[in-house]
Amino acid sequence: MNKNIIEIENLKTYFESSSGLFNRNKIITKAVDGISFDLEFGKSLGIVGQSGCGKTTTARTITMLEEKTSGDIRYFNESTNEMISLDGLDEGEIKNFRRNVQMIFQDPYEAMNPRWMIKDTILEPLSIHNIGTEEDRDIAVYEMLKTVGLTPPENYLNRYPHELSGGQRQRVAIARALVMKPKFIICDEPTSMLDVSIRISIMDLMINLAKDLDVSYLYITHDLAVARYMCERIAVMYNGKIVEIAETEELLKNPIHPYTKRLISSIPVPDPKYVRKVYEVTQKDLEQIYSLDENDTLFDTGNNHYVATHKVEGLI
Amino acid sequence: MSNILEVKDLNMQYKTSEGFVKAIQDVSFDIPEKASFGLVGESGCGKTSVAMSLLQLQSDNAEITSGSIVFDGTDIVQLSEQDLRKVRWFGISIVFQGAMNAWNPVIKIGEQIREAIREHYPENSKDQNTEIILDLFNLVGLDQTVIERYPHELSGGMKQRAVIALALSCQPKLIIADEPTTALDVVIQDQILKEIRKIQNKLGLSLLYISHDIAVIAEMTDLMAVMYAGRIVEIGKTTDLFSNPKHTYTKMLLESTPSITGDRKTLKSLEGEPPSLIDFQEACSFSSRCPSPTKECKDGSISMKLIELEDGHKVDQCCYRCLNE
Repeated sequence: MNKNIIEIENLKTYFESSSGLFNRNKIITKAVDGISFDLEFGKSLGIVGQSGCGKTTTARTITMLEEKTSGDIRYFNESTNEMISLDGLDEGEIKNFRRNVQMIFQDPYEAMNPRWMIKDTILEPLSIHNIGTEEDRDIAVYEMLKTVGLTPPENYLNRYPHELSGGQRQRVAIARALVMKPKFIICDEPTSMLDVSIRISIMDLMINLAKDLDVSYLYITHDLAVARYMCERIAVMYNGKIVEIAETEELLKNPIHPYTKRLISSIPVPDPKYVRKVYEVTQKDLEQIYSLDENDTLFDTGNNHYVATHKVEGLI
Repeated sequence: MSNILEVKDLNMQYKTSEGFVKAIQDVSFDIPEKASFGLVGESGCGKTSVAMSLLQLQSDNAEITSGSIVFDGTDIVQLSEQDLRKVRWFGISIVFQGAMNAWNPVIKIGEQIREAIREHYPENSKDQNTEIILDLFNLVGLDQTVIERYPHELSGGMKQRAVIALALSCQPKLIIADEPTTALDVVIQDQILKEIRKIQNKLGLSLLYISHDIAVIAEMTDLMAVMYAGRIVEIGKTTDLFSNPKHTYTKMLLESTPSITGDRKTLKSLEGEPPSLIDFQEACSFSSRCPSPTKECKDGSISMKLIELEDGHKVDQCCYRCLNE
């Protein structure tokens, strides 16, 4: 059996905007500029990077919420047991893909209809995809609330989003994503709006559900400490490109790319005695990276650790 | 070393349709001159209410029922609105959470800072004020051209730097920073924190740093207090609280923070939610979330009160009693 659930190859998403009189000046923003990665079954990949680096656009492109400019997205089709490209899928196949790929957003309140009760919110995807009888669906919603720790479910079924706390709302968002029994979930900063005390319980819930239900996450965050807790592998993005990708602990212990070093050294450490030294990017370090490989590809350093050798700007 | 700010037994409540919300209960702390003091706690614990009461900027339905806030020798709770204007900006200034979005979008950054300076130093000439602004920009690491820019032309980090320049414009003695970096990403956050530290040292300012992120508090402050449900439950030197936390809540906060240093460890979550602040309760307010509360914690036979352990390290007596049993 194929070990990857999703394969991304040289994905590009460009946005075009125009300015000036009669829109004479066309501006092309390369939000995602040629990224490639694979995601294995049951594993989680973190995408980290600062605001505007293209993390969210990557997520939206994979879920077909944004149209890609070029490149290939392949996913594992269970019925045919092979990887198929998203290009040229017919409507039924797209629906099947969407059933298997779900998303959890940063702000659960904005992601829900405030006039819908919790049971309707979780029920909606089942109705859209016409899964089971009405009774089956009600049972599925009930069980899902239990799975995400909103017990007893009777207390939550008929409530509205505003009646819940932030943590409870995010649990509902997770329940809605999981009710379709997807194999792949994209999480876009799902805990950054939550309080520290609740954050861990949501992350633990997601980790446990991944094990129990065999789900893979693409976890988008700007917080490397969170990514370390959640993911087996981390990809660092900068200006629309992946600059480094490796197993989590390997990346944190032996970062190679100057941007990764910079990012890691910028994170505050919860220990007042720890003296954190911020790494300053130098031209020499960048040249060293460029000289690893002339091709514009990821350089394999061994240990399943890849670093980009393309020229980067704006770091110094 | 004398104290620039002394808050003593402060109580504040908000009047709502459901009753009085006791947002600040018996809060006392001192900030020595040139020191940085951290206030940490989860949403709704009263951190921002404390900040607002220090500037007397609390909303209309808020009422300080007792206690004093002595800044530089004067109790600002008793001051008239006119005298308060002198304390704000000159004495204490504040950098709000998301303050970078508070700029007026149709007025140039330089003009908005000039407005604040003009208000407080009406005798200055325009050139003098321009010079002050350029010095401030230099201090916070902004380019001189920003003076002629509109807010939308700046990035989030630049806007936040400009807010800090604004806060410094009238040479305050104490700066309150209420989550100044939560809306920014890590690299920018790091630059802003470094800038704040640098300015603090250079100008000899005192700093009250409010955050829910204990990692930032660890790096930024000398002294800190942990707030829970409107009360300070533990206070002391930052190094002491991290190396030797006494209150269960402090311990749980430390154990629930992911870090990139050290070994990857399982973190502990804190279940439940803080109690409502509407109903007054005798019992320890943390007892509803405490993993091992005793009968005495819940029945209210021990009231909440800080007791001193050593060298300014104080902890609530309810938790301290459990520790020693």
